[in-house]
Amino acid sequence: MSAVLPISESARTDEVAARSPRHGSWGDALFENLTRLFALLVFALLAAILISLVIGSELTLQKYGLGFLWSAQWDPVQENFGALVPIYGTLVTSLIAMLIGVPVSFGIALFLTELSPTWLKRPLGTAIELLAAIPSIIYGMWGLFVFAPLFQAHVQPALIESLGSVPGLGRLFAGPPLGIGMLTAGLILSIMVIPFIAAVMRDVFELVPPLLKESAYALGATTWEVMWRVVLPYTKVGVVGGIMLGLGRALGETMAVTFVIGNAYQLAASLMAPGNSIASALANEFTEAVGDVYFSALIELGLLLFLITTIVLAFSKLLLMRLARHEGART
Amino acid sequence: MNRPLIRTALRAGEPAPAVAELPAKLRVRHLNFYYGAYQALHDITLDIPANRVTAFIGPSGCGKSTLLRSFNRMYSLYPDQHAEGEVLLDSVNIIELARDLPLIRAKIGMVFQKPTPFPMSIYDNIAFGVRLFERLSKRQMDERVEWALTRAALWPEVRAKLEQSGDSLSGGQQQRLCIARCIAIKPEVLLLDEPCSALDPISTARIEELITELKNDYTVVLVTHNMQQAARVSDYTAYMYLGQLIEYGDTDTIFIKPQSKQTEDYITGRFG
Repeated sequence: MSAVLPISESARTDEVAARSPRHGSWGDALFENLTRLFALLVFALLAAILISLVIGSELTLQKYGLGFLWSAQWDPVQENFGALVPIYGTLVTSLIAMLIGVPVSFGIALFLTELSPTWLKRPLGTAIELLAAIPSIIYGMWGLFVFAPLFQAHVQPALIESLGSVPGLGRLFAGPPLGIGMLTAGLILSIMVIPFIAAVMRDVFELVPPLLKESAYALGATTWEVMWRVVLPYTKVGVVGGIMLGLGRALGETMAVTFVIGNAYQLAASLMAPGNSIASALANEFTEAVGDVYFSALIELGLLLFLITTIVLAFSKLLLMRLARHEGART
Repeated sequence: MNRPLIRTALRAGEPAPAVAELPAKLRVRHLNFYYGAYQALHDITLDIPANRVTAFIGPSGCGKSTLLRSFNRMYSLYPDQHAEGEVLLDSVNIIELARDLPLIRAKIGMVFQKPTPFPMSIYDNIAFGVRLFERLSKRQMDERVEWALTRAALWPEVRAKLEQSGDSLSGGQQQRLCIARCIAIKPEVLLLDEPCSALDPISTARIEELITELKNDYTVVLVTHNMQQAARVSDYTAYMYLGQLIEYGDTDTIFIKPQSKQTEDYITGRFG
C-alpha cells in the first residue's frame, strides 16, 4: 500500500504542472476579487440609497424633526406635512394582510404537503405560483372594479351590522360601507401575499425528512399535531423567512393599494374608512409636488418606509433568536 | 462449509420453545401488501410471541421493513400503498381499522433507521408523546421523563442537560432518546426498524443490550441487515426473501440448522 501512494501523488503533481500554474492562480484571484466586489456592491448600494434619501429629505428633517412622525397634518397648500396617516395606513393594511394571509398560507401548505391527493398536488402548486406572477396593477384593477363593489354591497354591511355594535371592537367596523378603504386594501394585499408565503411554506415543509414526520405519527400524533408541533418548529427559519417576504411585499406594495385604499389623509379608527399608505402617497403625489418642502416630505416618507422594513427585518431576526433559545441550546 | 459460521447467543443449552407454544402478541394472517400495483408481501402468516425479541432478516427489498411498517399502519400516510389480510393485536385487526389510528400507534411504538429527535429540548422530546394522550402534572411528567430515560439507559448522560436541544446529543444517544420517547407512552409492542444502521459499534452494543432488557416488558420486533445482530439479540428469527416468508423459528435453529436451503445460503453468505 505504502508504495502506491508516492507514485500516484507524483503523477498528480505532473498533471498539475502540465497546466499553466500562472494562469490557474491568476484566474482564481480574479474570480475571488470579482465575487468580493459583487458582495461589497450590496453594501455600497444600500448605503447609497440611504444617503440619498437622507439628503433628499434634509429640508423636512430640519423643519419638523421627529414631529414629522406623529403629525397627522398633510396640507400641501399651507406646506404643512406629517407622516402619521401614511405610516398608520401602511402598518394597518400590512397587519390585516398578515392576519389573513399567514393562517391561510399555512393551511394551503399543510394541505399540499400532507393531505392533498397526488393528482392535485402539481396543478395546485402551479396555480399558486401563477397567482404570485400576476402583476400588482391587475390586482389593483380587479380590487377596484370587481372586489370593492361586491365587498361594499354584501360584506361590509354585514360586518357593520354584526361587529359594529360590539363594544371596543365595533370602532374598527364603524361608518358607511364605501367599498374602498383600509380593510379592502388589506384584503387585496392578503390575496397578493398568500402565494408568496404559501409557496415558501410548502417548499420548506417538503424538506422535512419523512422519517421525522413518521416518528411523530408513530407516537400516535394526528396530522395537525405533527404539523403544528414538529414540522413547524423544524422549519421555523424558513417559515419566518416566507412570512417576512410576504410582509416586505405588503409594506411596499404600491399599485394595488393605491387603487383601493382611498388616498385620504384622515386618521380614522374604522377599518372601513379610506386612508393612505406610504407607497401609494409616493406614487400619487410626486407628479404634483411643486414646492421644495412638499418634495422633501415625500422623500422622507420613502426614508421612513425603508426604516420600517429594516425594523421589521431586525424584529424577525430577534424572534428567531428567541425561538432558538426556547428550543434549547445546541452545544 | 457445511456448518453455518454465525454463532448465536446459545442460552446454555436450554432449548427455546417453539413459537406456537408461546402466547402471541401479534398474529399476522395472510397479509398481502402493495405499493401501487407492485405486490411487496405475499401471503405472510406468522405469530409474534409476547415478551420476546423477534428479528426479521433478509436481503434488501425482501419486504421485512414493509412487514414491520404494516404493524402500525405507517403505510397509511402514503395513498398509493395498501395492505390486505389481518394483523391482529389482541384480536383487533389493525389493517381494517378505519379510525383510532393514533391510539393503535400509541400501543405500538416504532424506532427508525436514523435517530429522529424532534426540534425541541430533550425533556420535551420525551414529553411530546405523553402529552398527546395524558394530562400529567409537572411533577408526574418529570417522573415519567426520568423513568423513560432511565429505562433507555440514557438518564445519567442527560440528567444535567434536559433543557438542551435533542440535536446536541451524539448519534447513539439520539437513538436511545428515540427509544425513550417510545417507551414514555407505555406501548405494548416496540418496532425497531434497523435501529443501529447509522450507529458506531459501541453505540450499537449499548442499543443491543437495551433491546435484551426491554423484552421483559415489551414485545420487540427488530428488522436488521446485520445477521450477527439478529443472532445476538433475538429469540426468534424470520427469514424473508422477495416478499415471502421463507423460514421462521427460534433463532438458534435458524442460524445453526436452518430447514431451508435458501436460508442457509443467505446466512452463510453464499447468497445476498
